[in-house]
Amino acid sequence: MATQYMYYPGCSMDGTGKAYHDSIEAVLPALDIRLAELDDWNCCGATEYMGISPLRSQALVGRNLALAEQQKNGTDTLVAPCSACYVNLARTDAYVRESEELAANVNDALSAGGMSYTPGSVKVRHLLEIMIDDVGLNEIHQHVTRPLAGLKLAPYMGCLVSRPDYDDRWQHREHPHALDQLLLHLGADVVEYSRRTDCCGGHMTQISPDTGLELIRRLIVEAERSGAHALVTVCPMCQMNVDFYQREMNHRFHEDHHMPILFFTQLMGLAFGMPAKDLGFGREIISARPALANIGIEAPLTEEEEAERAAAARPKRRRRGDPTLPAPEPRADQEALR
Amino acid sequence: MIPADSRLETCIQCGTCGGSCPSYADMDHTPRQIFALIRAGARDKVLDSNTPWMCVSCYLCAVRCPQQIHIPDVMYALKAKATQEDRVPSHVAPDFSKTFVDYIHKYGRSFEVGLVAKHYLRHHMSRLPGMTTSGIGMVTKGRMGFRPHHIEGMDGLTAILDRATEIEQAKQRAVFEQPANEGAH
Repeated sequence: MATQYMYYPGCSMDGTGKAYHDSIEAVLPALDIRLAELDDWNCCGATEYMGISPLRSQALVGRNLALAEQQKNGTDTLVAPCSACYVNLARTDAYVRESEELAANVNDALSAGGMSYTPGSVKVRHLLEIMIDDVGLNEIHQHVTRPLAGLKLAPYMGCLVSRPDYDDRWQHREHPHALDQLLLHLGADVVEYSRRTDCCGGHMTQISPDTGLELIRRLIVEAERSGAHALVTVCPMCQMNVDFYQREMNHRFHEDHHMPILFFTQLMGLAFGMPAKDLGFGREIISARPALANIGIEAPLTEEEEAERAAAARPKRRRRGDPTLPAPEPRADQEALR
Repeated sequence: MIPADSRLETCIQCGTCGGSCPSYADMDHTPRQIFALIRAGARDKVLDSNTPWMCVSCYLCAVRCPQQIHIPDVMYALKAKATQEDRVPSHVAPDFSKTFVDYIHKYGRSFEVGLVAKHYLRHHMSRLPGMTTSGIGMVTKGRMGFRPHHIEGMDGLTAILDRATEIEQAKQRAVFEQPANEGAH
């Protein structure tokens, strides 16, 4: 029987993190996991609402926890695939457990919408934790039909899964090896990546590009130095920053990096023998094709590659002054004007 | 002055926070200096500093802090305070937050296309030309939803957030009515 969890996808799953969504939909049924999406969930507030009003932010998250408490169906675990959503949900749950006053205030606010939340009644966990702790590395290894040997991957877990770690689940908060282990069990060559839990800058690309682009640069340069073909992430925000803003970073620092960043679920799908087109490949800005070519997998084209192919297939436009083309001789009076 | 984390009072000024911070180079004051300023009651300096706005909330300082102070939460509280009093070093960050939460107030969810369009037209016009190629890729590859998703329980959410605002304002009034409490520092 399938293991069921409540699921909080988060706003980016339907937009910038679409490849994550695709690969989760493909991979989880293979592991006999069913994710029941929380009905009518709202935004977690990302890193923005806390800076406007901490209490309103907790009430906003509280509504999601209250929904999860109502919609428990044989499970009390709420899974978030996005590290920012995960930490926001976990923070409010941890703080209402810790402070009776906050719990009273959050519940007072929730009651205005006819809702309530019992502190601790929902267990918030990141999708990576589900894979490592519940499914287990050996079980994942059992599903591998196409080991990723030859693909060098930098395990970039990002900051918010092992930190702040409200429930003491992580032995190492700065250098956890959970993602390394998972990728090793897919048969991949995992490089030693010292920036595994460094921050991607989050919203800094929006509010202070000098800060944000420098943080992205550090991640990419270190991945290159360690010999990786690609970075692997567990968060749609990290993916967006390293993928979309890599060009602007190159421009800003006069550098020329092409480091793809992939979701760990995309790589699980590949190792399970699923076709790349079902796993959201091709949606990235920095193409994964050169990386996947190392293991003989052909990934779908990115938008830029499609445009290049289309341009190459089009007949060349005639250029003015092309000496290979027939042209009338200049008239004598025109010559005189020159 | 800022009651975000009572453990802040136990800060031993070791500087581990600033030494761990990935964005300290862009801050006016290191986190340690901010905590010293809070303790010294230098309210204006604290609220005018860009330090909270440069915090990336990666929690590296928090897990290394020997006193286990939730430093990013303190930074969040400082941002909220500075925004309330409309004294921010730059409007780019507060505007981004405001645009972001305005969509939550309207739809219950974030709306990436609207957010990016509004924010870049207002603050990052010069960055847009360099983003065209990648931007097209985001659109054609289905990574930009052009229709916002409205949650069904929007009325309930609005009532919840309004009630939270009332609670918060009542708390602030209570603090304000005890002048000896803060003024003594």
